[in-house]
Amino acid sequence: MRIPATTLLLALSPTAAWAGTMPQMDFHNPLTLTQVGWMVVILVVLYLLLARWGLPEMGRVLENRAQVIARDLADARAAKAEADQRAMALRATIAQARAQAQAEVAEMTTKAKARAAANAAALAARLDKNLAESEQRIARARAEAMAALKPVAVAACEAIWQKLTGGAAPAGSAPGCVDAALAAKKAA
Amino acid sequence: MAGPKIDALGQFSLTTGLGPLGRAVDFTNSNEAMLAAAAIIVLVFALGLRAQALVPGRTQALVEVLYEFVRDMCVDTIGDEGMRFFPLVFTIFSFILLGNLLGLFPYFFAFTSHIAVTLTLALFVFLFSTGVGFYTHGLRFLKFFVPAGVPVWLLPLLIPIEFISYLSRPVSLSVRLFANITAGHVMWEVFAGFMLLLAASFGVLGAVAALVPLGLNVALVALELLVAGLQAYVFAILTCLYLHDAVHMH
Repeated sequence: MRIPATTLLLALSPTAAWAGTMPQMDFHNPLTLTQVGWMVVILVVLYLLLARWGLPEMGRVLENRAQVIARDLADARAAKAEADQRAMALRATIAQARAQAQAEVAEMTTKAKARAAANAAALAARLDKNLAESEQRIARARAEAMAALKPVAVAACEAIWQKLTGGAAPAGSAPGCVDAALAAKKAA
Repeated sequence: MAGPKIDALGQFSLTTGLGPLGRAVDFTNSNEAMLAAAAIIVLVFALGLRAQALVPGRTQALVEVLYEFVRDMCVDTIGDEGMRFFPLVFTIFSFILLGNLLGLFPYFFAFTSHIAVTLTLALFVFLFSTGVGFYTHGLRFLKFFVPAGVPVWLLPLLIPIEFISYLSRPVSLSVRLFANITAGHVMWEVFAGFMLLLAASFGVLGAVAALVPLGLNVALVALELLVAGLQAYVFAILTCLYLHDAVHMH
């Protein structure tokens, strides 16, 4: 069967759509208004359910979450502050310990130096004393040697005189000669 | 004329629903869809609120997104008093949204395509916001119709204009929703009927040509999905705006 193009166009045109009674505009139909009445009933029930139960409940869930997040954040901040404080205290303790250790090291060094200096001084004093004693001994030995030198020289002089002359040297001349020779040696 | 005809408006005709009981109390097929919409909202809330978890599951996340979306809309638009009207705005928004979305399914009735329904909702919003205005400001609310900073001699012209524009609010609010949903469904029906006409008129060739309106209808599904959400949002945000005017006067 063929449908004329005009019929097609008529069926598609908006006027054709409006030509038939629009069910939305059919206010003779009682259902058009009763649906509104039932809608009011449904909406009131829906509103009461949402306003009294659904939305406040959901609001509580969201508020609870916000509170939990805020509390966790506050806890985290407090923990961080405490950790910072502890780290600072730790740093302070380390610094104090280091200062104390350095002070002790310095004190020990000073004491050791003092002891070493004292020991050195004592040693030096003992050495000086030994040196002085040794020098005295040397001087004494030298003086004794010097004292012994004259009689030996006199004896040697008298012996030499006797060998050369065959006769004893005149008594008392030898010491005078030795004294004069020693004085000349000293002067030279 | 025999053969298929395009009955673009038959889908909007009201019958009684829920069997004999519904017939006795004039409970319509449109009310069935409303009941389904309300039941789905309550059911989603019941499922979403079952766990009340700190980290939400899927249904809870859906309810939370809806809740925060409408709450932010209320608070941002109305101001600090927004939370007082939040349950009302949420009820209207979710009801219209579910009505629009359910209407997209085959064999479901799109109750927002009825001017009686949308006009009732719009008149309620209009009367409620006007009532809030007079409750909040008393008779000083009438100054709402006197624009500030305008020469006095212009007032006789401007006050009627303001008044008429105020009165036109429920009309534009209701017709916008009704016309959008009706137009979408009519187009669907027309294109679908056109496919049958083509197949009946031109045989195999017509059936092949019918793929074009089919494609258009598929594209229309996407558009109607957008319209369904958008119109619910527009209705809700305008409700918030009217309430803002009532509470703050400009």
